[in-house]
Amino acid sequence: MSPRFARAIIYGLLIGGTLVAVFPLLWMFSVSFMHPGEASNLPPPLWPAHASWHNYEVLFLRAGVGRYLFNSLAISAAITALSLAFNVMAGYAFAKLRFAGRERLFQVLLGMLVIPAQVAMLPLFLMLKYLGMVNSYGAVIVPAMATAFGIFLVRQYARGIPDELLEAARIDGAGEWRIFGQIVLPLLKPIMVTLAIFTFLTAWNDFMWPLIALTGQEHYTLPLGLASLSREHAQDSELMMAGSVVTVIPVLALFLAMQRYYIEGLLLGSVKG
Amino acid sequence: MNTQRAAWWFLAPALLVLGVFFLLPVVAALGLSLTDYDLYALADIRHLRFVALNNYWDLLHQPKFWSALGHTLYFVTVGVPLSIMVSLGAALLLNSPLVRYKTLFRTALFAPVVTTVVAVAVVWRYIFNTKYGLLNYALGLAGIHPVDWLGNPHWAMPSIIVFAVWKNFGYNMIIFLAGLQAIPRDLYEAARIDGASVLQQFRHITLPMLGPTLLMVGILTVSGYFQLFAEPYVMTEGGPLQSTTSVLYLMYNEGFKWWNFGTASAVAFLLFVIMFAVTALMLRVGRRGEPA
Repeated sequence: MSPRFARAIIYGLLIGGTLVAVFPLLWMFSVSFMHPGEASNLPPPLWPAHASWHNYEVLFLRAGVGRYLFNSLAISAAITALSLAFNVMAGYAFAKLRFAGRERLFQVLLGMLVIPAQVAMLPLFLMLKYLGMVNSYGAVIVPAMATAFGIFLVRQYARGIPDELLEAARIDGAGEWRIFGQIVLPLLKPIMVTLAIFTFLTAWNDFMWPLIALTGQEHYTLPLGLASLSREHAQDSELMMAGSVVTVIPVLALFLAMQRYYIEGLLLGSVKG
Repeated sequence: MNTQRAAWWFLAPALLVLGVFFLLPVVAALGLSLTDYDLYALADIRHLRFVALNNYWDLLHQPKFWSALGHTLYFVTVGVPLSIMVSLGAALLLNSPLVRYKTLFRTALFAPVVTTVVAVAVVWRYIFNTKYGLLNYALGLAGIHPVDWLGNPHWAMPSIIVFAVWKNFGYNMIIFLAGLQAIPRDLYEAARIDGASVLQQFRHITLPMLGPTLLMVGILTVSGYFQLFAEPYVMTEGGPLQSTTSVLYLMYNEGFKWWNFGTASAVAFLLFVIMFAVTALMLRVGRRGEPA
């Protein structure tokens, strides 16, 4: 097999695969600008005859998607901020602070990674029900304020901080909170960015728990709103594509802008240490 | 001493959240699965009765549990190998020294991973549409008659598998790519000098060197695929004829549609036990294959 032939095959497969990966997304954008009914033609049109914002107007003015967008942003931002703070603190403690029972507690944490989240969902729902929290932002935010995965990720990274640095600060009389704020946090910045992106994407894309915990439309996130719209408007493909675009654009943009951090985190998180 | 106390303060918020909102519910789920907690108990807790292992016993004698488990195993046993093969194939292509613009290809191939399942499931539902869908149109050009992909019990699960592989393969592709880049180049160099073909190099260098990565990816993917829910919820609502009702879908229906929390908790625990057994078995078999 000549190198030129090999190169042609490799590029052919790669370009074909890329087309398959990207085509549904491009098609979603294109159809979202079509007039109602336009996509239900044969052959299926690839481009809108006359591009219009009509579907987006319907979504935001009549279907209440603005509200879902706001809910998604508020919930995902709150989860990201809170869980980042809690996971970083705990991850640092597991990595660098000596305390009785550290290794055993960390084993418990690793064990939690094995349990699927859905096992906890039924009692969690009952618990929140007795607390009067079902169908509130809190029902989605509070259980997500810390994750075993996040703590694990930060711990792996924080182990790289030299002990001498922390000891020197202690000898100089700095308190533990001051050491954390002024020495540790700046060093942990890269992993914090990575974890923040991960958490935001997970929170934004989450479906099953919000579906259970948020029972009223006024609290729906975008995935919930879209799923419920798609049951009502199954035939309005153009409208549904616009809804999908609104749901996907923020996370896709975040990923494209912060790709390097995201992929680093993915590799760090998958290498068991 | 001071450090010790500080450590607990650093840990307190996270441990409190995980303890109260995860560990406690997991333990409670085990307890709940031994009761007949239902709509009546929800209204008045005095209706709650302890039924020991009855929920499990009943489930194991009901066709709906076995069929949900069957659908989930179908999804896992076909979806996981397919997904891993596609991921590995894409990683091998990207890793080829002949390819330029790697970052561009990598980004494009990875894009489906970051999208929202519900949103892209809606998109694929239209691609699979019998009458106006692009898939049937493309097949029509090749002379193949239209298939009712999501409406036919034989085709609904394969369609969902195709969708899931499209959505997920990029994730493992990145992990494989990192694994491939860690294999020393001179191994291939030496093999070439000895006259080994590309296939022989793959069989005797790439696969063995990638062994640990393959095992880890396999286990993570299997546990992910066991948790099938959003895809059938959006694309088929568990149908047609329940053919895409997964174990988690059954748990959701039992719990949040019929309010049989006892039965639903038993379903959740059975799934957990099955997942644990399968991944433990994979770990055992995989470790045996490794050089000690």
